[in-house]
Amino acid sequence: MNLKTTLLGAAAAVALAPAAWAERGADGHVGVIYWQAPSILNPYLSGGTKDIEASSLVMEPLGRFDENGNMMPFLVTEIPTIENGGVAEDLTSITWKLKDGITWSDGSPFTSADVKFTADYCMDPAGGCAQLSKFEGIKSIETPDDLTVVVTFKQPQPYPYSAFMGTQSPIIQKAQFENCMGAKAQECTDANFNPVGTGPFVVKEFKPNDVIQFVANENYRDPAKPAFATLTLKGGGDATGAGRAVMETGEYDIAWNLQLAPDVLAKMEEGGKGHVEAAFGTLVERIEMNLTDPSPDLPEGERATIKHPHPILSDLKVRKALSMAIDRALLTEIGYGQAGKPSCNLVPAPAIYASDNKECLTQDIEGAKALLDEAGWTDSDGDGIRDKDGKKLSLLFQTSTNAVRQDFQALIKDWWQQIGVETELRNINASVFFGGDPGSPDTFQKFYADVEMYANNFDGADPQAYLAQYRCDNEPKPSSQWAGENINRFCDPAYDAMIDELANTGELEKRAELAKKMNEMLTKDTYTIVPLVDRGRVTGVSNTLGGFKHSTWDSLLWNAADWYRKKD
Amino acid sequence: MTDPATTPLNALAEPEITRPPRSQWRDVWDQFKHHKGALLGGGFLLFITLSVLFGDLIWQLDPKKLDIRAKDMRPIYTAIWDSGAKVGWNHPLGTDQLGRDQLAQILAGGRTSMAVGWAAMLLTMLIGTTIGVAAGYFKRLEGPLMRLTDLFLSLPILPLMLVAVTLFRQPLRANFGPEGGMFILIVCVIGVTSWMQTARIVRGEVMAIKEREFVLAARASGTKSRGIILRHLLPNVLSPIMVSATLGLATAIITESALSFLGVGFPSDYPTWGKMLADAVDRMQEFPERVMLPGVAISLTVLAVNYLGDGLRDALDPRIRGR
Repeated sequence: MNLKTTLLGAAAAVALAPAAWAERGADGHVGVIYWQAPSILNPYLSGGTKDIEASSLVMEPLGRFDENGNMMPFLVTEIPTIENGGVAEDLTSITWKLKDGITWSDGSPFTSADVKFTADYCMDPAGGCAQLSKFEGIKSIETPDDLTVVVTFKQPQPYPYSAFMGTQSPIIQKAQFENCMGAKAQECTDANFNPVGTGPFVVKEFKPNDVIQFVANENYRDPAKPAFATLTLKGGGDATGAGRAVMETGEYDIAWNLQLAPDVLAKMEEGGKGHVEAAFGTLVERIEMNLTDPSPDLPEGERATIKHPHPILSDLKVRKALSMAIDRALLTEIGYGQAGKPSCNLVPAPAIYASDNKECLTQDIEGAKALLDEAGWTDSDGDGIRDKDGKKLSLLFQTSTNAVRQDFQALIKDWWQQIGVETELRNINASVFFGGDPGSPDTFQKFYADVEMYANNFDGADPQAYLAQYRCDNEPKPSSQWAGENINRFCDPAYDAMIDELANTGELEKRAELAKKMNEMLTKDTYTIVPLVDRGRVTGVSNTLGGFKHSTWDSLLWNAADWYRKKD
Repeated sequence: MTDPATTPLNALAEPEITRPPRSQWRDVWDQFKHHKGALLGGGFLLFITLSVLFGDLIWQLDPKKLDIRAKDMRPIYTAIWDSGAKVGWNHPLGTDQLGRDQLAQILAGGRTSMAVGWAAMLLTMLIGTTIGVAAGYFKRLEGPLMRLTDLFLSLPILPLMLVAVTLFRQPLRANFGPEGGMFILIVCVIGVTSWMQTARIVRGEVMAIKEREFVLAARASGTKSRGIILRHLLPNVLSPIMVSATLGLATAIITESALSFLGVGFPSDYPTWGKMLADAVDRMQEFPERVMLPGVAISLTVLAVNYLGDGLRDALDPRIRGR
């Protein structure tokens, strides 16, 4: 035991050594490539991951989530909890204690007024803040002194960390954004493109939709960091090109979001300049069942609404049979390799919220056939496709255009064929499919198809808001301009009751138990959502870059201050 | 000249007169067969058309059949330089990442691509020639028709296709099935957006020819417009039409592949050459044949059609013929 501890200590010392000896800017230049280009550096005005993550180099929240999903204090002395008195016993307020001596990149002191201003800025009704949901339920924010912020909620908030935590709600400088409140937010080009921050880098030159040049922040709180004097964030291109730039040519150090087939990635790694790192979060590739009738014969406005239940998929047995016919292990192997895990859960992480449901992992074609027989779907005319009361068991299966997804479609169609289900495949350009334009019939919200496949996840480490999406009446519908997150049009009063219960439960164990139950209700009890693969975030990382920690709970660049160049 | 008074001159009467006159098409063929490229191109086009039409009778594997155990097989010729390669006579051109047979896919894909190409080209020629001739021949129609052509020239095909898919996909799908409906839609959209060049060229030629003496003579002898157009104008503008037709066929094949790539074309499991090509780009380094085979098929077909068009133009144009 003693020897082991000593060895571990020595290993840690060696590992930490380069970082400890470095001084600011000693390691020169680092390059990051995002194949979607940032267009603004104000995360409150953009919902795009690319913009939010780019801004995380400059601006910081009070605390971040590390690679394990744990909360880490950044601008505060510690994360407030009930135990340390930071969160009130009745869950209605949270008190943040700011670190002393932090300055903005322009040299002015960072105070509680900036924190309060950030909330006021986002909560301004005229501003159209993209992260407004983070500030929901806040009653007031007080600043008793320069280093204390007290947030009071309208009602008990079992998870009080959504505001000011994580990459979506960093602190902006009051002095800079004071005149950019509300309707004027978009007009402050200078502030939006060149924000003052507390983070390790400051913007030197920003070409929207192309490239951003950063230099080290002279006023960063740790005098030895960041190790890099300059940072280039290049945007644009495609995932293949980004992967090559890091792993084959070595022009860049980090490539974001490489959703490529495993054999393609493995081939790139042979280039020898970099490697692939996968980190698992909550991103789940799934098939969504439409519980309403998307038939084009229905009048517009009633199509795919709860007025008409789905003629085939309303039957639980059919949904279950469709899920049973799928071999998730094979899908994972073909589409994601190391970067995916077969999953039966909508909430696959964090560990305490993940159900141990593994029932769906074994493919059962015969069982699926039996189940369809039982449901009354038989092949009465001998054409290989089941039918019932003259209606064929034929489904329209849509997804976005992406090589991996089209492979999945082909495989799933093949399995469904084997159980006597006819499938028509359709793929739609991703910017249309995920575009959310209420005028387009091809968005995933409108769901003018029987089943559809895509991936989704939740921010932070708490699934409450995510599970609450499946409330009755939260479905996309004409009256809500087809906005709404309950894509399946799922509705169960018992489920709604659990949503309310979860919102009023503070104890972690009880919350976890409830969340698991809700997850199972949507997946293995009703097969409304058929999860396929728990997808990791795949990043290409240069072999010479040290200190990179892959957190899926926060920005990819969350610990840019700790990066350094490996010397050998 | 057969006046009996000139009997002594009978000796000069051409003996050939007893032979039946050569038909025009025989002249065309004589000229055509001197063009080696055109002969080769025509032969290749015939070969590839027959292959895609009847190939599945000989090679009976289903192009959509998945066989994961036999995925990523290489073409049989890889074995020549790489004895360890995964090859087999059951898949002579290899398989893709899901184990679909490449030869069967090339055949099935070619059928779609060629059908789209030919149909769209014929539609293009029909529209282009009609508008071009009408604009060139009838002075009153010229202004409106040429402005219409300008209008169509400024239409971007992609957004138009997206709108067309949105508007017409459902009714066409209901009437002709997902593949048939999409075929009609793609052919129409390509046809409707690529006739303009043909129309402009034809109009120019028609305007030049209609002032020539033989047209004036025809008109003077009372020939109606319809007769002038069909008998005198069209045969003389046939060569530019042929050239645009060959280019049109090539463009149609390529446009179809671009549309399939963007996901507004055929369903994703329905093979076409363009889609096979687009799907294979990610694995280009490892499996170059997956890009090469459909790519070479597209290029050779387009090249063959171009040569054929070149030869036909030479053969059909009486001014060039015989030189």
